[in-house]
Amino acid sequence: MSTPILILMVLTSLGVFFGFLLAYSNKKFSIEVNPLIHIVEDVLPKGQCGACGYAGCMAYAEAVVLNPDVAPNLCSPGKDAVAKLVAELTGKAAAPMEPQIAQVQCAGTHDKAKRSYAYTGVEDCVAANLLFGGPKSCKYGCLGLGTCVKSCPFDAMVMSPEGLPVIDPEKCTSCGKCVSVCPKQVISLMPVGARVRVNCNSKDKGAVAKKACSVACIGCSLCMRQCPYEAIKMGNNLAIVDAKICEEKCSEAVCLSKCPTKAIRPFVTGIVPGTENEASMTLACASCAK
Amino acid sequence: MEEYLKLFVASAITNNMVLTQFLGLCIFFGVSKNLNASIGMGMAVTSVMTISTLLAWAVYNYVLHPLGLEVLMLITFVVLIAGLVQLLEMVIKKHAPALYNMWGIYLVLIATNCVVIAVPITNAESHNGFMTSFILAIGSGVGFALALILMASLREKLQYADVPKSLEGLGISFILAGMLALSFFGFSGMITL
Repeated sequence: MSTPILILMVLTSLGVFFGFLLAYSNKKFSIEVNPLIHIVEDVLPKGQCGACGYAGCMAYAEAVVLNPDVAPNLCSPGKDAVAKLVAELTGKAAAPMEPQIAQVQCAGTHDKAKRSYAYTGVEDCVAANLLFGGPKSCKYGCLGLGTCVKSCPFDAMVMSPEGLPVIDPEKCTSCGKCVSVCPKQVISLMPVGARVRVNCNSKDKGAVAKKACSVACIGCSLCMRQCPYEAIKMGNNLAIVDAKICEEKCSEAVCLSKCPTKAIRPFVTGIVPGTENEASMTLACASCAK
Repeated sequence: MEEYLKLFVASAITNNMVLTQFLGLCIFFGVSKNLNASIGMGMAVTSVMTISTLLAWAVYNYVLHPLGLEVLMLITFVVLIAGLVQLLEMVIKKHAPALYNMWGIYLVLIATNCVVIAVPITNAESHNGFMTSFILAIGSGVGFALALILMASLREKLQYADVPKSLEGLGISFILAGMLALSFFGFSGMITL
């Protein structure tokens, strides 16, 4: 037999063999995929942010369709609208979705928080944190180098000139990217309707905290004693506000008045706590409430 | 036995596919940004390399060589490996979903990668026996995984380094790979086959 014919035969038989093998195994090993998964995935915002706790929108769609225990309202960027649609598609009860917003639990601007050394390294909080926990004397506060700002997939954060990130309430989808990327765990998610917040993360004892930062929560528990609804608790030398009780029961924030360091403040979004900007906004709010 | 052990160490370290023969650089730079991904990729490459080498060995020794069609080696191996990878993907997806989640997505990426095809070709050209081919494939796979994991751990550290603007990204990675290769060069001559 001549070589060209041989070549033709070998290659053809190889091609046919693999063609049939793959076609057969495609049938044999096919996996039935619930078509609903793709419909649900189309409904999701596809930011692939992972706020739901799954690897991506596809993974969440799969989980929410196949697993009856997975709630339909886990997609925080999608807010209520998506939660409703997903609940409808999967036939699950639609629990209302509490809109949340990221907040930085620190008011230690350049002028208020002391520094123990001058940091001139990479502009990155994770890197700065490796160097004795960052340049701030307070080891719990925001480092202000903007790792969270860079991580925000929705451009909702900017670094203010005072050295603290500001979160745009319009753009924040509460996806939690910044929460997980912050080496100080100083960012948390808070219900949008919250009334007061504690702008401090320092777990140090009062005197130590105060020495490092003039607006630190010193854990004096005055605010706790002020609150008639027991919405404030103390833990780790910090006041912790239960936003739910606060939001539902309280009409007048009496807890604010006694705080010696003004660490507990009205919850206003989109500004740095303790700056002039805030003073004007709170005033404006107070006057319009009347 | 000693011969096989020597072969294994030689193919994994002294003749490392990536760092001394500079094969498979696309994966080496593409998937070495994070350690977890590189572990998955290393496993995928090792398994595909081993299975495809064995299959290619059979095809070469029982079909191509007897018929005198050695010229078809490259094209046949490409078809073989591409088909095999597809098949492997389906089987794993069906029977071992956990495994598939771990490194299934990397399988298709290596369908016709140079590092995967290099081993069967080496075997065919030097007329290696079955066992030798098998050991060579596993050794090369392990060597590739090792290089990939080393590179990924280095690059994870590199993210926090102050790299000159002009060298950011791939530039510094190539320099790093060069240094890594240089250090592997130190192993050369340790084992002579």
